[in-house]
Amino acid sequence: MAEATAESTGLASIAKDWSSDVTTFKGVPWGKAMMWIFLLSDTFIFSIFLTSYMTVRATTAEAWPNPSEVFSLTMFGTTVPLLLIAIMTFDLITSSGTMALAVNYGYRRDKKKAIFFMLATAFFGFVFVSMQAFEWSKLISEGVRPWGNPWGAAQFGSCFFMITGFHGLHVSGGVVYLLIVSYRVWRGYYDDTNFEIVEITGLYWHFVDLVWVFIFAFFYLW
Amino acid sequence: MSSEVGQQHPLSLYFWIWGLLFVVSAGSYMIDFFQVGYDVGTMELRWALILVFMFLKAGYIVAIFMHLKWERLALIYALLLPPGVLMVLVGLMAWESDYTWLTRVVYFGAEVAPTPEPVEHVIH
Repeated sequence: MAEATAESTGLASIAKDWSSDVTTFKGVPWGKAMMWIFLLSDTFIFSIFLTSYMTVRATTAEAWPNPSEVFSLTMFGTTVPLLLIAIMTFDLITSSGTMALAVNYGYRRDKKKAIFFMLATAFFGFVFVSMQAFEWSKLISEGVRPWGNPWGAAQFGSCFFMITGFHGLHVSGGVVYLLIVSYRVWRGYYDDTNFEIVEITGLYWHFVDLVWVFIFAFFYLW
Repeated sequence: MSSEVGQQHPLSLYFWIWGLLFVVSAGSYMIDFFQVGYDVGTMELRWALILVFMFLKAGYIVAIFMHLKWERLALIYALLLPPGVLMVLVGLMAWESDYTWLTRVVYFGAEVAPTPEPVEHVIH
C-alpha cells in the first residue's frame, strides 16, 4: 500500500479523481465539455420558465394582453408591431455572426482579428441590453408590474419580467465574459493553446442567442 | 499548427449561415408584421409558421455556429436527449392546464373567450 499523499486523500483527491485520465468526450477539450454541460443545465432553467409561462397563460381565465400591440412602436406617425423586439433580434444575430468569426480566427491563431470580433460581439451585446432597458422602462411607465397590467391577465407581467430579465442577465454576463477573455487573449494567456477558449466563450454566446429564439417565438409572437 | 482539437471550417460557411439566420428571422418577424392569424381569427397557421422558423433558426445556430454537427455522437446524444425529457413536462402541464382553466370557468363564472383591453401607448 502506497503511503497516503496529499493527492490521494482529502479535497485534493476529489480534484484528482474528477480529472483522472478517463475521457468520454474524445477530442473535446475539458473546458468545452464543461461549458456544454453548463449550457445543458441552463437549457433546463429556461425551459422551466417557458413551461410555467405556457401553464399560466393556458390556465388563466382572463384575457392575455396582445403582445403584438403591447410591444409596438410608433415611428414617424405609423405604428409598427414588435419593432423594437425585431431590432433586438437582428442585433443579437449580428453578434452571433461576429462571434462565429472570432472563433474561426482564434483557431487560425489570428489573435488581432479574434479580439476585434470578440469586442464587436460584446458591443452588440451591450446594445441589446440597452434596448432591453428601454423596453422595460417603457412598459413600467405604462403600468406593467409583476402583479398586474392595464390590459389583461396579471401573469403577463411576471412572466415578462422573469423570462426577459433572466435572459438579459445572461447577455450582461456574456458581455463581461467576452471582455475578460479578450483581455486575456490579448495578454497572451492562451498562446500555448489552440485558442479553444474562444470557441468555449462562443458556445455561451450562441446559447444566449438560441434562448432568445425561443423567447421570441413563444412570448412575443405566440 | 495542430488543429485536431479545434473546429476548422471555411469562412464562407459562416457567412452563408449568418445570411440564412437573417432571412429566417425576417420570416418570423413577418408573421407578426402581417398579423398572420389575427387577420382571419384562426391561429393554427400562425402557430405552425412560428414553430417552423423557430426550429430552423435554432437548428442553424446549434448545428453550425455551435459546431454540434461535427462533434462525436457521444456528445451530441448527451446534449440532445436530456432536453427531450422536458417534452414530458410540457405535455403534462398542457394537459393539466385545460382542467384548471375549465374549473375556473365553471366554478368562478369566468368569461369563456375574453378579449384583452386595447393597448394605447403613452408618449412620455
